[in-house]
Amino acid sequence: MATVELTFSALPAHVRTARLVATAIARRTGVAEALLDEVRLAVGEACSRAVEAHRLHCPGEPIRIELKDDSGRFEVTVTDAAPSDDLKAVDSSDGYRLVDAMLGIVPEMPGLGIAVIAGLADDVEVSPGPNGVKIRMSWPAAPTPNGLAAV
Amino acid sequence: MDLKLDHRTEDRLTIVEVEGEIDVYTAPRLRELLIDLVNKGNFHLLVNMEKVDFLDSTGLGVLVGGLKRVRAHDGSLELVCTQERILKIFRITGLTKVFGIYASVEEAKEAHGRDK
Repeated sequence: MATVELTFSALPAHVRTARLVATAIARRTGVAEALLDEVRLAVGEACSRAVEAHRLHCPGEPIRIELKDDSGRFEVTVTDAAPSDDLKAVDSSDGYRLVDAMLGIVPEMPGLGIAVIAGLADDVEVSPGPNGVKIRMSWPAAPTPNGLAAV
Repeated sequence: MDLKLDHRTEDRLTIVEVEGEIDVYTAPRLRELLIDLVNKGNFHLLVNMEKVDFLDSTGLGVLVGGLKRVRAHDGSLELVCTQERILKIFRITGLTKVFGIYASVEEAKEAHGRDK
């Protein structure tokens, strides 16, 4: 198992860096080219959500992202240290309800990022806890003997 | 790539050209432009997404916010987009049913002309 871990401050500019790193490692791990856009978007959504939550609740705390190659899967876990207000508001599996919410009187769109992740990742687990939220997602990767695909 | 924004008005339609990445970092600039255009009386907007490399839910939120603003003035906000990777996020969120999405600026202008 090969693992890369990053921590970054809750600044919007760092989300792009996290996306780039995740996409590069996904490619190296053997995730199919056709899935790389999904990885990039889903990781960006998870990191954006974490950044917004930290900026509201704990701007000084870092966000952690773990990327690993585990038994033929590329797995990404984004962990924040903020309350999970947005996760209560929306059924993330139903985009049409989201649209109704967005076009209604509520100006904010809590949960939209989670809905996008759910629509993109092959396997998603959102774990709200007392000390923050953990979003784990994974995609199939080409298994190789040393944990890294040939490049 | 950073975000590049430009706009021009043709007849009663304001065409917003967007190039680059629309994410949590850059979306506020697009939001400011859309608000500014509406505040200056431009209520029929066409956002050309053909040169957008990346769009996330923050960007979607800005577009929906723009749509709500123009609708308050009986206006419209429509999109030009043929890129599958961008269209996918609209489909996932159900927003293909909310925005008029055209294959080209010309096609959108023709449709807008018919609706006038």
